[in-house]
Amino acid sequence: MNWRREEPEAARALVKEIARLVEGPLRLMEVCGTHTVSIFRAGIRAMMPPELELISGPGCPVCVTPTGEIDRAVELARRPEVVLLTFGDLMRVPGSRGSLAQARAEGADVRVILSPLDAVAVAEGEPRKKVVFFAVGFETTSPAIAWAVKEARRRALENFYLLPCQRLIPPAIRALLSAGRTGVDGFILPGHVSVIIGRAPYLFIAREFGLPGVITGFEPLDILEGILMLLRQKREGRAAIEIQYRRAVKEEGNPLALGLMEEVFRPADARWRGLGSIPSSGLLLRDGFSEMDAVQAFDLPYEEVKDPLGCLCGEILQGLKRPPDCPLFGRGCTPEAPIGPCMVSSEGTCAAYYKYGGVST
Amino acid sequence: MTDKVLLAHGAGGRMTHQLIRELFLPALGNEVLEALEDSAVLDLQGGRLAFTTDSYVVKPLFFPGGDIGRLALCGTVNDLAMMGARPLGISASFILEEGFPLEDLEKVLRSMEQAAEEAGVKVVSGDTKVVERGAAQGLYITTAGVGLVPEGIEIRGSGARPGDLVIVSGPLGDHEVAVLVARGDFSLEGEVRSDCAPLNGLVEAMVSASREIHALRDPTRGGLATTLWEIARASGVGVLLKEESIPIREEVRGVCDLLGYDPYYLASEGRLLAFVPEGEAEGVLKAMRDHPLGRGAMVVGRAVEEPPGKVLLRTKIGGHRVLEPLSGEQFPRIC
Repeated sequence: MNWRREEPEAARALVKEIARLVEGPLRLMEVCGTHTVSIFRAGIRAMMPPELELISGPGCPVCVTPTGEIDRAVELARRPEVVLLTFGDLMRVPGSRGSLAQARAEGADVRVILSPLDAVAVAEGEPRKKVVFFAVGFETTSPAIAWAVKEARRRALENFYLLPCQRLIPPAIRALLSAGRTGVDGFILPGHVSVIIGRAPYLFIAREFGLPGVITGFEPLDILEGILMLLRQKREGRAAIEIQYRRAVKEEGNPLALGLMEEVFRPADARWRGLGSIPSSGLLLRDGFSEMDAVQAFDLPYEEVKDPLGCLCGEILQGLKRPPDCPLFGRGCTPEAPIGPCMVSSEGTCAAYYKYGGVST
Repeated sequence: MTDKVLLAHGAGGRMTHQLIRELFLPALGNEVLEALEDSAVLDLQGGRLAFTTDSYVVKPLFFPGGDIGRLALCGTVNDLAMMGARPLGISASFILEEGFPLEDLEKVLRSMEQAAEEAGVKVVSGDTKVVERGAAQGLYITTAGVGLVPEGIEIRGSGARPGDLVIVSGPLGDHEVAVLVARGDFSLEGEVRSDCAPLNGLVEAMVSASREIHALRDPTRGGLATTLWEIARASGVGVLLKEESIPIREEVRGVCDLLGYDPYYLASEGRLLAFVPEGEAEGVLKAMRDHPLGRGAMVVGRAVEEPPGKVLLRTKIGGHRVLEPLSGEQFPRIC
């Protein structure tokens, strides 16, 4: 996917057409954090006509992980027999009793991995340790996590556990729309998630809420084209779910990956930072794999924790507020000393505004 | 500021600057140190002496295209070269961990000597200390270097002026990606070799082409973005870059895509950025391209009056973006 097409002329033509089609105030939400970063890096916000507002949504897995889940992982990591494995950005997210990075500084065995299969290798290599993989991610990473679970089973590992914290994108969009506060006119839908799930899971956006959505790639020209496709639908009075990212996304998604997820996980209600509990928006291990569930194996109760005082991550994740609206943004909360997760993750909206903000905001 | 040293204090970005401003300068500051140049320039009778020091803690010690010894030698030579100085001599102190294989030490030393030969300089002073196992990670090196600044040469990080063209000497970020891949943490594979090289020969060729070079810096920690921000701030100019002219290898872009890194923040150890008046740029560019270490030299932008202290990037699709200094990201130790 190293396909690049950033010809300035094509971009100019797209921007011109976008400006021509905008008729009045319009709010488009890019659901996915990778889009947010790409929009900033390419300077797309500043190229848009003033009526068109791009708002960032809940599509950063680290950002939507509630404090209670971080606390659970920190508590597990502090147990001497446990090796806790996770993806990089989660290390620095503050929990109510410190972050995983702090736990590590105090002696806990916390390690960063890039692929879920690495967790299986660690468990196999260190049979005396209880190896827990703190699994965060959307539909993009869940098939690989399912594969790791199956692989741990195949190798008959008895010391491999999953702390499941994956989330699903379509139920979150439904929750946003049902709450009715966001005032979004259309969705730039995530490319990578859709490679797995295809087009069908988004159809409710058009059918039930009458809004258009375009599954969009991550190159700057992809994003401009996705925006244009949304505007065309608006112009023509249509609301449909279309695919701009044709070179990677198939109508039906990836059946093999979906099958793996289905075999290992079942949907369950799950908590999101800022959005509360959303029906069927998380994944739990199916009964056949439940002995690997760290929550059961280690008897970990969930404690509801309030977000840090003043932190607007919750509103920002719903597109209700922009990072500069937050009293902590750039003052108490910076990438060096983050308070909320949106400032920690490289795909977090606040981190993107802080790092790339400047003229584009 | 926090009350403990964090890894980010060593990343070369905002926090490194904060540490220097809030602790080092209040304690040790003087008019020479406060210039925060790559080398101090001291007046001698009949000449000017450039003087610099640096420490190396890179992990792993060996990586494609170099090792800690080559890196230490080149890094110090380059700090002198960025002031237009001709290196006279280098000192090197070694902190060795008990149990470190002598065979590896010899490899590091041989490689250091090889780099010294390329630079035409000698290691003229040294020291070793050994610490208990676990108190260091194999081997750390601290170097210092002195050089002479030829008469008439006035190159400094604060010397950029509006109208100058910004030239880079070759593809950026190879060093950091080579080290990242060699660390093996991310099960990455790749063929990228570190660009680590002594740049004094290239600088001499540039200076022979023009005595009017205003500023030079090597984009090490913090990369192109942070280095240009430093020059923009110190010189009170703005910098306008054109994204499509910035040379970055496809393999380096690929690794960045995979890890979510921004290539403008990747370190190089054998590249330089030059601010040159427009009228002199053609000659300087030709001299660079005739030198083996400057074959890929490109004009990537220009210095402007407004906005002072800011680096603006015109993106390939015609958008604009501010390049802020490196902030908060915990890059592994690369130098």
